[in-house]
Order: sequence, then C-alpha cells, then structure tokens
Amino acid sequence: MRVRILVSYKDSVLDPQGQTVKNALHTLGYDFIKDVRQGKVFELDLEELSQEEIVKVIPEISDKVLANPIIEKFSWQIIDKS
Amino acid sequence: MKFGVVIFPGSNCDYDTYFVLRDILEQETVFLWHKDHDLKNVDCVVLPGGFSYGDYLRSGAIAKFSPLMQEVKEFASKGRLVLGICNGFQILMELDLLPGAMLRNKSLKFLCQFVTIKVENDKTPFTHKAKKGSVLRIPIAHYEGNYFAHPEIIQGLEANKQVVFRYSDAQGNINEEANVNGSLGNIAGITNREGNVMGMMPHPERASEILLGSQDGRVIFQSIIEYNS
Repeated sequence: MRVRILVSYKDSVLDPQGQTVKNALHTLGYDFIKDVRQGKVFELDLEELSQEEIVKVIPEISDKVLANPIIEKFSWQIIDKS
Repeated sequence: MKFGVVIFPGSNCDYDTYFVLRDILEQETVFLWHKDHDLKNVDCVVLPGGFSYGDYLRSGAIAKFSPLMQEVKEFASKGRLVLGICNGFQILMELDLLPGAMLRNKSLKFLCQFVTIKVENDKTPFTHKAKKGSVLRIPIAHYEGNYFAHPEIIQGLEANKQVVFRYSDAQGNINEEANVNGSLGNIAGITNREGNVMGMMPHPERASEILLGSQDGRVIFQSIIEYNS
C-alpha cells in the first residue's frame, strides 16, 4: 500500500519560498492568488498494515522524522490500498 | 584539555575547527566519527559546520540519529560542554538539546560574509572571557540561519539569559538592518537552560587568526579552555 504525507510550514511560520512564488505569479498577472505555501511530499510504500496500525504509525514517523513539529505540520492519506 | 570534533558525512568545517584547537590554541584534539559510540574521554564536544548528510530532509535532521549523537546527548545531560557551530547548532536543535528551529534566511540567499555580533551574556562557559556588550567580528556561512521559536520559548530564553549573541552593527546596536538572516530577536547564539550547551551560527573557527581577517572567534575557545582548567 502507498501513503502520501504532506509536510508544510505551520500557518504561524513565515514561508519566504511561498511568498517568492506568489510574487512571481503576481508578476505574470495571476493577481487573484492570495497566498502560496510551499511544502514537501513523501510517498511511502508499505507492507499491508491494519487501519489501527496505520493511524498510529504514520503520525508517529511524521512527528519524529519527516516534520519538525516546531515549525511544520503534516497531513496524510492512503493513495493506494493494494 | 581535550576537545573532540565530530565528523559526519558532509561536515566541512571539521578540519578548520581541529586546526584551530590543536595548532592555534594548542589543545589536545581528536576527531570523533559519527558512527562510533566512543567519546574518547573528551572534555568538550564540538559539532562543526557543514552539510551533514547533505542537509537531506532538513538541516541536521538525519545527523541526530547517528549513534554518536546518543552519547553526546548523555554527555550533555551530565553538564559536560557541547558547542555546535552553524550546522552543529542545527543538529543540537534537532536533538532537542537546544530549543527552536532554523528557517531559510529572509533574503532566500546563502549568506557568506563577516557579521558583527554582540555578546549578551558573559557568564557562560563559552563567553566568560569576553565582555558583555562587546562586539565580535565573525563570519557566517548559511542558508538556514533564521532563528525561530514560539513566543513563550523566546520569553524563556530572554528571562533565563540564554541568548548569548545577537546580530548587531559594529557599535553593538541591535537593529533590523544588522539582522542579516531575519532571526527572531536578532538571535545568533543561545545556550540551553543549564548553560553547558551552546549553539551559534557564526563560525569562530574561521575568525581565529589575524591572517583570516579576524581573531575575535578565539575568545570562545579560550573561554572553554579556561573554564575547564
């Protein structure tokens, strides 16, 4: 099975890369874009795990390794169950 | 005294630091390999600058899982001295030995230049030979040195006098212009609450010989040596 984890800066943290991308988009005339936040995507190939195990282990590794909880938040989803 | 300089894959200030400690300050100095468990009876561990593990994932994020780092954590918990320079500072934060995290510089540029920093606390093992309020000229070289921590953490740092260095102008004024990377409170270096672990973004090992433009960085190593004697 495959899990996708999205890590990005918390809303309270300034994201200078996102700001720069937003400014570039504005320069191109897309001024309807109000804000841009940039993040990282991890896709994990896993052995078959039960729902309970997944719900426990994915937040655990996200918190411990993939994200720095001081400045980042994460969300995740199962993108392939097979 | 005996210093240990840790080498990770991607460290690049390890030999500079070793040279300054061994040849300029004439102290016994050994390298410590990140995969070992042995701190070789050193009195002070130095985590040098560089790009441990290529800065993969986040600066310092992978280095914290090195076997030696578990020993360093224990060493620090006994009140022994640990100094992290640049990437070493980032590793100490990932290890939770120091609070906070580094964001990318506000300019989104890698900054490699001399800066001036003001000594805010001269009662630490790392700065007691410097004078509070004095200004040191030491270079920085980083992309992620924009210090960030939550407001309650910053308040705690200030209340406990854990902020050791701030980016300032040459006269020691703390202002936005001197804050090259955008750090909260112009923070350039902090200690843990107990004062035995310090992280700083500027590179004192690159400012320890007049030949290199400044020897203001020496006072940090000299403080450690005298503290330990």
